[in-house]
Amino acid sequence: MDEPGGISDRTAKLLEVFGIHLLGAFRDLVPIIVVIAGFQLLVLRQPFPELVDMLGGLVLVILGLAFFVLGLEIGLFPIGEAMAEAFARKGSLFWLLLFGFGLGFSTTVAEPALIAVTKEAAVVAADGKFIPPDADSMRSYALGLRITVALSVGVAIVVGLLRILKGWPIQYLIIGGYVAVMIITVFAPKEIVGIAYDSGGVTTSTVTVPLVTALGVGLAATIRGRNPLVDGFGLIAFASLLPMVFVMAYGMVLFR
Amino acid sequence: MDVLAQFADTLVLTARDILPVAALLLFFHLVVLRKPLPNWKRVSLGFLFVLVGLALFLDGPETALFPIGKIMAKQLSAPEFVFGEKTAPPDAAWYAYAWVFVFGGMIGFAATVAEPALIAVSFKAQEVSRGGLSQWGLRVAVAIGVATGIGIGTFRIVTGTPLYFYILAGYAIVIVQTVFAPREIIALAYDSGGVTTSTVTVPLVTALGLGLTETVPGRDPALDGFGLIAFASVFPIMTVMGYAQTAQWVSRRKARAAREE
Repeated sequence: MDEPGGISDRTAKLLEVFGIHLLGAFRDLVPIIVVIAGFQLLVLRQPFPELVDMLGGLVLVILGLAFFVLGLEIGLFPIGEAMAEAFARKGSLFWLLLFGFGLGFSTTVAEPALIAVTKEAAVVAADGKFIPPDADSMRSYALGLRITVALSVGVAIVVGLLRILKGWPIQYLIIGGYVAVMIITVFAPKEIVGIAYDSGGVTTSTVTVPLVTALGVGLAATIRGRNPLVDGFGLIAFASLLPMVFVMAYGMVLFR
Repeated sequence: MDVLAQFADTLVLTARDILPVAALLLFFHLVVLRKPLPNWKRVSLGFLFVLVGLALFLDGPETALFPIGKIMAKQLSAPEFVFGEKTAPPDAAWYAYAWVFVFGGMIGFAATVAEPALIAVSFKAQEVSRGGLSQWGLRVAVAIGVATGIGIGTFRIVTGTPLYFYILAGYAIVIVQTVFAPREIIALAYDSGGVTTSTVTVPLVTALGLGLTETVPGRDPALDGFGLIAFASVFPIMTVMGYAQTAQWVSRRKARAAREE
């Protein structure tokens, strides 16, 4: 093991790095503070509601942001890149795509924002008499939506990885996807359009994004003839686009 | 003690979100790739930091920032503030709510700057482009996009115009821009649309939309409350491509000026 001096040196280094991240996190939150304080004092001219709670929350957010970004740099990014490199060297398309699908599906199906949105959508659907207004059918409708979105994110990562491997230009795929969204919007039941559009945004969580980005960029950097900037990004774009198509299709199948 | 108990709860919930991902990574690394984890101590510490950071992050806004966002949306759209009367006149003009749009835009900008997922992507973009793209330039470009999106999205809620009309028009603009934008930026621009809407922006924006639909007369929270997130995902695509187009235009002009001298 390391000698004691080495350990305390490393701890000191870690603390120093954490301090720098703490400052950075504070800087990132200054705009929120300025906007809220400015509007309260200058426009609304009302006393601050729950000032102490808000300051406490702000401290938590700054700490959280610093921890997250530090963890990103020493944990999520290196592992994502190491795996991309290992997959590229192994050369097995099947396992890479299975990994991509698993990553997309597993991070999405448990995503709290998605659970909240699908619950809300079930209430709206029950109000609109699209599904029977009892707890059972509402639960199964919400679960169906969640599985649909998670499947679509898994498929999206697979398509995105294939694009990086084959070097397909992203714009044709994405524009094709948008055109598909436009066409399906016309035929999809109105009640599902709002939730379908929002589901594209909520799927890409804070843990998924760094991992998927590191995977894509790492892959593009390892494969000859690919540029990490041109080819490495774009996985998240697919993960925000495909859920819209899948959810509207789900609505069309269910409500017909 | 209450705060600690609540934090422990959030920590457990966050751990439940991260566990499947960690299990997946471990399985593929050890079983499929058959490799020991590189620097496993450092990486596990990193995962622990991410876990603690996310839990703090989810707890903080929930107890403080989001209720405030909702309260302020209500205060700014309350009839007493907008019209100085107890009830809103039935034929109120949309510009009476101007402060709401300004607030929505500014809070959208501020929330985006603090969005951890965007920090991650712009960090990578700067690294990969070897400094050709600046982390802050990208974050500000995305934040301006979100600000515009939320500003227009709140306008839509106040006027009650249909969502798909705006979003389809937005896509049309994105498609046209894609044809002219530099090739290197396209994938990144599309990514930034999905990235902006996570931990900070989604709850804050949802609170804003719901607060608005409760006070603006004739709006239904279930129907009109949705859709702000969609606005926040389309507009950054435009501003990021616009940012790259402007940067390219400026550098070309400089190059031409240098040649003519």
